Amino acid sequence: MDRIRNLPITRRDLLKAGVTSASAMALPTFAAEASAVAPAAPPVVHKVKLSVNGKAHELELDTRTTLLDALREHLHLTGTKKGCDHGQCGACTVIVDGRRINACLTLAVMHDGDRITTIEGLGTPDKLHPMQAAFVKHDGYQCGYCTPGQICSAVAMLDEVKDGIPSLVSADLTARPRLGTEEIRERMSGNICRCGAYSNIVDAITEVAGKSA
Amino acid sequence: MKAFGYERAKSPAEAAAAVARTPGAKFIAGGTNLLDLMKLEVETPSHLIDVNGLALDKIEKTRDGGLRIGALVRNTDLAADARVRRDYGVLSRALLAGASGQLRNKATTAGNLLQRTRCPYFYDTNQPCNKRLPGSGCAALEGFSRQHAVIGASESCIATHPSDMAVAMRALDATVETVRADGSTRSMPLDELYRAPGTTPHLETTLAAGELITAVTLPEPVGGTQIYRKVRDRASYAFALVSVAAIVQRDGTGRVALGGVAPRPWRVEAAEAELPRGAKAVTDRLFAGARTTTQNEFKTLLAQRTLSAVLVEAKG
Repeated sequence: MDRIRNLPITRRDLLKAGVTSASAMALPTFAAEASAVAPAAPPVVHKVKLSVNGKAHELELDTRTTLLDALREHLHLTGTKKGCDHGQCGACTVIVDGRRINACLTLAVMHDGDRITTIEGLGTPDKLHPMQAAFVKHDGYQCGYCTPGQICSAVAMLDEVKDGIPSLVSADLTARPRLGTEEIRERMSGNICRCGAYSNIVDAITEVAGKSA
Repeated sequence: MKAFGYERAKSPAEAAAAVARTPGAKFIAGGTNLLDLMKLEVETPSHLIDVNGLALDKIEKTRDGGLRIGALVRNTDLAADARVRRDYGVLSRALLAGASGQLRNKATTAGNLLQRTRCPYFYDTNQPCNKRLPGSGCAALEGFSRQHAVIGASESCIATHPSDMAVAMRALDATVETVRADGSTRSMPLDELYRAPGTTPHLETTLAAGELITAVTLPEPVGGTQIYRKVRDRASYAFALVSVAAIVQRDGTGRVALGGVAPRPWRVEAAEAELPRGAKAVTDRLFAGARTTTQNEFKTLLAQRTLSAVLVEAKG
């Protein structure tokens, strides 16, 4: 173990190396298959300006780049996770202009001039966001892969409640929503935790909601 | 994903003209359905016209006391609008029953109406699907059809329309406004937006090439007790097996539209005359001519029982 730890490479570098060698192996077959079909349209590149965690970025991206891939692969903000990549799991949840969205189901070029907050923009290891601190305190995770999405989602969800946005389980549509366990579970249903840390996640959110109310 | 060009539209009419003249072009608004399908190469547009910059995101009062909802109003904002919550509760409830908080923040009013079916065979490019690849057949007919349509479908396609919002809008007599490629505008009742699948299930709407939905209009409020009840395999974040949008007046008259059972929101105005005689009388009429499979025949009884529960709730 020690020897591995002393290597001047990260787990991410190892993963990258793995991917490279796998694609090198696969290349001959792929090239042969590709030559049999009509040539694909060439990629189209587009400029986009993003403000991420308060920092301005100007990128030139293949139009196909999702906001998620722009954050992870181009800006190297790997806190935002890619789970299903189809808007079903919520691991990629970020906050755009104050609203939580699935970064995997939107193109980066559609966000020119937008203000984006990722998990890296909420807090730092020395100064955690209250929601991050509450997840640690209540053990609101096991493997941690869904956690950045859960936290971004929870932070923006509390703002939705403050804005008076109702949910399916709000008994009275015209009254101000009150945030109980049932409300939190319904409003957080777009974030899946396959480890099943839900009850602790609800506890963490409940604590922060109580403090901010 | 296949490569595509990208541009931002400057006006609704220009957007319509651009899509009409560019082969393979599509509009993109929320993108929550289109990008999902593009990743799977079920959709392969050559060019995307981004309509998000068009000022179609307002909800305004109409002269006759109704509401005009811009095509780009996000599902969250529509569900949360004070007028919608007060006067069109069935719409607010239906929106909140759909998707997740994240998706509702992005998904638009027009995009919700135009979303594609979630039939798993439509999504799987290795399977025959007349909707995705006309003439290739329908894998659902002999396949897993538990989720599929029981009424209004055809021998070519038994896919359902997945929207909750559209079911409530159908009950509310919503009208769809569009602009065409030549700049002319028109409006039509929501029901006329959808085509019956027949032998051409790939043609889903009556919109012409490039025709862009600009707004959905609701007539003045009709009052009554408004309920949207959705039955699904999970308590949240799942598509309907059956859903009921109902507006019930004190005298027992009302309106009923169903979701999850047909290729469009399913409403038969004549069936509503049966409301005073109870749920079974209504659903017998709604499902006249139904064609079920052994896997989805439960939907007619489930719809009857769901409506029955809704009518009990409406009585209070």
